Amino acid sequence: MSEAVYARIRANPKFVELVTRRGRLAWALAWVVWVLFYALVLTVAFAPTVIGMRVMEGSTLSVGIAAGLFQFVFFWILTAFYVNKANTDYDALTAEVIEDALAAGAAERGSGRAAR
Amino acid sequence: MTRTTSRTPVRMAIRTLLGACAGVALAAPALAAGPALGAEAKSSINIHAISMFVAFVLLTLGITYWAAKRTRSTAHFYTAGGGITGLQNGLAIAGDYMSAATLLGLTAMVYTTGYDGYIYMIAFFVGWPIILFLMAERLRNLGRYTFADITSYRLDQGKVRTMAAVSSLTVVCFYLVAQMVGAGQLIKLLFGLDYVFALFIVGGLMMIYVTFGGMIATTWVQIIKAGMLLCGGTFAMVLAMSHFGFSYATVVNEATAVHKLGFKLFQPGALLADPVNAVSLGVGLMFGTAGLPHILMRFFTVSDAKAARKSVLYASAFVGYFFNVIFLMGLCAIVIVGTNPEFFEGGQVGGRIIGGGNMVVMHLAKAVGGDLLLGFLAAVAFATILAVVSGLALAGASAISHDLYSRVIMKGKATETSELRVSKIASIGLGIVAITLGILFERMNVAFMVGLAFGIAASANFPVLILSMYWRGLTTLGALAGGYAGLVCAVVLVVLSKLVWVSVLGFAQPIFPYDQPALFSMPLAFLVTIVVSMLDTSRTATAEKKAFEDQWVRAQTGFGAAGASSH
Repeated sequence: MSEAVYARIRANPKFVELVTRRGRLAWALAWVVWVLFYALVLTVAFAPTVIGMRVMEGSTLSVGIAAGLFQFVFFWILTAFYVNKANTDYDALTAEVIEDALAAGAAERGSGRAAR
Repeated sequence: MTRTTSRTPVRMAIRTLLGACAGVALAAPALAAGPALGAEAKSSINIHAISMFVAFVLLTLGITYWAAKRTRSTAHFYTAGGGITGLQNGLAIAGDYMSAATLLGLTAMVYTTGYDGYIYMIAFFVGWPIILFLMAERLRNLGRYTFADITSYRLDQGKVRTMAAVSSLTVVCFYLVAQMVGAGQLIKLLFGLDYVFALFIVGGLMMIYVTFGGMIATTWVQIIKAGMLLCGGTFAMVLAMSHFGFSYATVVNEATAVHKLGFKLFQPGALLADPVNAVSLGVGLMFGTAGLPHILMRFFTVSDAKAARKSVLYASAFVGYFFNVIFLMGLCAIVIVGTNPEFFEGGQVGGRIIGGGNMVVMHLAKAVGGDLLLGFLAAVAFATILAVVSGLALAGASAISHDLYSRVIMKGKATETSELRVSKIASIGLGIVAITLGILFERMNVAFMVGLAFGIAASANFPVLILSMYWRGLTTLGALAGGYAGLVCAVVLVVLSKLVWVSVLGFAQPIFPYDQPALFSMPLAFLVTIVVSMLDTSRTATAEKKAFEDQWVRAQTGFGAAGASSH
């Protein structure tokens, strides 16, 4: 029974849209995190003096701390952005896709019974 | 379980919590006024710490009693029936993640090396956004009790589950031993209790929580402990910062003035001097998080993908916040602890810190908040260990009872009662193993064990898990080859590294020059899995690839996913 539903969901263009849109956002955000984090790690590894510099002359804030704090805050904002988007837009689309598949299934069974 | 009834336990728990808090306030002075337990044997018994810890234990035992009555099915035992909310699960994940090693070790690291500690914390943190973007909803949509449910979804149940169980148990055992040894030493220091006695307390309580209360009790123990840790840490940080007029600039100026590194405190130090080591550490911490069985298991305790995503949002907020609190505490400690002869052996400022480097945060608590805050933080540290070992034991027990017993040995024909019985026996067995190994390893350097646990998780669990969710080409043969290759490679590299080869086995030179194996063992696992899968053209392999289509739909939509409760 669920195989049939899965097949109907797969055939639904809305499902393709859901997968593409959500996948694109998720991967884009993951790449942002990877690039920024490994940029920091590589700076730590290859240019440690840059990490230890003050952001401005006379400032008590160093480049490494500023960059790290930025990552904590920025990555959390990305997290919140994704959760919000997925829990509203994408979940609504998901519900639609499942509803469509179940409704189509019910209609098929209905017409099958009528024909009999 | 319906929605209305699932609310009542929560309300009850809150009532229990409030009641117990009132109890703490009353019990503390009463206990403090009583005779010092065994004071003649150990002079340094800390009454505040012990009374607050006893209050925590009584509260959690009460919750376990309450949870035991609700733990009737395997679903309740493994995943609390899927009835945990996003916020609760977020707190519990944060609790699982912020171990005693985090509180004590990272504060100490900031205190001695400054920026190295901060980069560790960032590396621990960045795993979370990745888990959210790429894994959280799929974990929830595909899994039921263990992550092997996902890796074996369309592959050979017996073989793949056996492998997942073996690597899970390896991770759990190493992590458990590291926690137990740390616990024994910490408790000896903080409470003045005997090492072996401390291990029996930790192991015994863990067995009670897990065996009787299952995931419901374990989750609440985590939540309470996370709350205590966040409050205690924040309080200590605020008190410490008040010494500096709440100004970051003042802290930095005073800290760099007294620290021997000066402003170089903010430059990466010896720990990360080797570029390969730094990158490997980043890889191990980031991807290891996404392969730790007790962390993955938490995603099965919520009702749906929505709640799974929210758990990560809350968890990362708590973890990120707390890491920055730790950083500030470490900086404040440089001035407050580092210049006070009271905290150094023989009063020699700059010499050996009393109780060792890990005690920095405890000394800071004493300096800014007196014996009461010290006692509270000590109790929190003890509670933290208890909560983390319980989560680990539960993850290990489910690998034994759900994967090995129910699916591999009984081929899915085990009754719920017998599976539940096996899981309880397994929890007790793990408790005994943990106590025994803890005693055996008392005098050993166990620092490598946490690193090894992360390394194995990143190399044996993570590659197969992520490929099973994303790559249609994965086959049983590929998963087995890659998973075992990652496991063996990670273990061998750690044995050959300085931490074991030199520190434990006593050889002069390490054969593998880095601390963390993940940079090498994880890509190897990916490579082997992919190559072997592609070479596998058997009929079963073709069927497994074809089965990806339905799995993909379920992963994306959650249709057919395990519901909030089995009945």
